Amino acid sequence: MFLISKEPIPTSQLARRLEDPAAGARSIFEGRVRNRADGREVTSLTYEAYEALAVKEGNRILAEARDRFDVLHVACVHRVGHLQIGECAVWVGVAAAHREAAFGACRYIVEELKNRVPIWKKETYAQGDPVWVRAISSEPAPT
Amino acid sequence: MKPQKSVTLEHFAIFREVRQRDRESVSTAARTVADLYQELRRLHDLPLPIEALRVAINDEFAPWEYELQEGDRVAFIAPVAGG
Repeated sequence: MFLISKEPIPTSQLARRLEDPAAGARSIFEGRVRNRADGREVTSLTYEAYEALAVKEGNRILAEARDRFDVLHVACVHRVGHLQIGECAVWVGVAAAHREAAFGACRYIVEELKNRVPIWKKETYAQGDPVWVRAISSEPAPT
Repeated sequence: MKPQKSVTLEHFAIFREVRQRDRESVSTAARTVADLYQELRRLHDLPLPIEALRVAINDEFAPWEYELQEGDRVAFIAPVAGG
């Protein structure tokens, strides 16, 4: 299950869905909004998703995690919209019989998500203009 | 004259802000989606070089050599920054 959420992520409720008598390990990652980025004071973030494609690519990543690791359950929810410092931006949960698979799958999902899923982050700073993270070009458009 | 095709651009994040709209229809003689991006980049002074981007056609990733079809929905994907 990969979802995009416009509402705050219900982390406790999601964690309960990983419960399984066969799961000796449960690994949960919560990415939260931090108050600094590259030395600048961040006051809030805005996430935007290309939802139709993000859900497809997110579900592909979850399927890959199931293939690569011996897991029982995997799930991921990414928030969109305007987030304050400390709010949960992304939640990844994995249940497995053993910890190696739980840690491994959880990390795999987080890293692939950050590289592949069409979601963008705009940082708003205490000083200066907001910036779309990673979308900076050093060269002007050709004329 | 080259045949013109009509396609819909769907804009997200930085492209949505630069174009100040979620979507727009364009008529183009571009053969591939790469040709289309270069044409639009010159026309609208778009911020990113093609090497920095990916592209999606009809809600699926596509290669830049993809040949545009009438009615395609095209989305240019700036470097992603989820998580």
